[in-house]
Amino acid sequence: MEGNLNALTTIFTEFYYWVTIVMMFLIHVGFCMYEVGVSRRRNHLKTLMKNAMAIPLVTITFYFFGWWIYFGFPNGPGIAGGLVTAPFAEPWNPLMGTHLSGVNPGETGVTPTDAALWHRLNGVFWGAFLLFSITTASIISGSIIERARSGAFWIVAVLIGSVLWILDASWGWHPQGWMVKLWGYHDAYASGVVHAIAGGAALAFLIVLGPRIGKFRPDGTARDIPPHNVWLVTIGLFLIFTGFWGFYAACNIPLISPATIAGQITGETWTATNIYLAPTTLSAITFNFLMSLSGGMLAGYIVSKGDPFWTFSMGLCGIISASAGNDLYHPIQAMLIGAIVPSICYKLHYFVERRFKIDDAVGAVAVHGYGGFLGVVVAGFMLWGQPSSPYEGFAHINPLGNFAGAVLMFVLGFVPTFVVCKILNSMNLLRVPKKVELEGVDFALNHAFEASVHELGTAEKAMIK
Amino acid sequence: MSTNGMESWAVDLKDIGAIYPFQGSEVVMVIVGLVFWIGWHVLQTRQENAEIEADLAADRSGEETRAAIDRH
Repeated sequence: MEGNLNALTTIFTEFYYWVTIVMMFLIHVGFCMYEVGVSRRRNHLKTLMKNAMAIPLVTITFYFFGWWIYFGFPNGPGIAGGLVTAPFAEPWNPLMGTHLSGVNPGETGVTPTDAALWHRLNGVFWGAFLLFSITTASIISGSIIERARSGAFWIVAVLIGSVLWILDASWGWHPQGWMVKLWGYHDAYASGVVHAIAGGAALAFLIVLGPRIGKFRPDGTARDIPPHNVWLVTIGLFLIFTGFWGFYAACNIPLISPATIAGQITGETWTATNIYLAPTTLSAITFNFLMSLSGGMLAGYIVSKGDPFWTFSMGLCGIISASAGNDLYHPIQAMLIGAIVPSICYKLHYFVERRFKIDDAVGAVAVHGYGGFLGVVVAGFMLWGQPSSPYEGFAHINPLGNFAGAVLMFVLGFVPTFVVCKILNSMNLLRVPKKVELEGVDFALNHAFEASVHELGTAEKAMIK
Repeated sequence: MSTNGMESWAVDLKDIGAIYPFQGSEVVMVIVGLVFWIGWHVLQTRQENAEIEADLAADRSGEETRAAIDRH
């Protein structure tokens, strides 16, 4: 690193992303609490492990190929150009490990320029993107509880977390992504690239999987399956809100000069930018995060008549629905979008449940899928005509580009997941048998636990004099 | 001799690249990693199949299942 300012900027950026990774882990603590709270007692342990094991599986596969996809595919390839070489993101590259700023003699695949840029940033960028990946997979996990086989979910988790979402991020959440260039696609805090695609995937999984036993009455109307522990559910959602701060911060570049961006920005004013390298501030997203959360919770309380599960979920949906444009919205706009879109999603959840017999145990398709989809569409109108990028020749933000992008995100999650679930289903690997679902997927674990308690208790009681 | 080629820190850091052990074996490590990942799914599927088989054979009377349902 040459020059104190460059060194300081790099080390600040490294530390900044590292902090976002730590914060984003709270999302997964929240997801685990939330899912366990929603599930019934006989399904707790498998529910917990189903979600938790997505973390290591997506991590290792994101290391093997996910990170490379992000840098390799911004042109499609074949839409705006060819495959982009990104040696620093290949799993066998020395920059994918402990590395200093030079190049060792005989070190292959590392240029001095790549070494100077990536030796401190590769790991933390990879980690931040990875936490988005795990989030994308976790979103599906909650909707399919109590009857899906864990192994099936884990295969889909790798598909969505280490392939599909990062492919759409390369297309629509990358400074040179073809959707940004050609369509003016704008989705700063990932309404579409994380939430809509995950919602699409969750819907596909649910269609193939089918509802839980007892969810629908013989006349086809839905029964409520109450959470076994509302406290866990709501605290879990609180933790997701908390971790979401890290998610938002990680979507920004914290500090960069116009010369480094090398776009159309003139002057020497350093700035924070969104992922497209267009200027924004942490203050802007702080205003809008809190106002969209508040809009969602306020609307959720009224629409659901004070139901804790939906009030908190609609707060989350409020953030998601404003996220596409939360780098640029006015806070009151963020609040109103955050109130209106989740209200529509709430109604859609029950409509789809009634009409199509979809049993989404946590409302993930509504909160993430419909919320993310509509959020991208709304941003296309709200930000119409604004520049999508600091680079010359990029399409401006427009309703059609964002609508097409929202459809693409949802479909990219839906179609491959549907196909994979159909294959798994044909091999009897998707759903547990009816008897096991009734016993509870924790049956064997609970049985062993109770046997141990009984044996220990008997031994201890025998020693009482 | 050291596993990463570094024998002292009397160096200019701008001249130093990778510092993990056994440099040059990255491709082999990736292959081992991929085998570990795929192998995990295979073993997990076998374990899950066996557990489901055991669950299907258990609680023929349905007594434990009824109790579990009552506990919600």
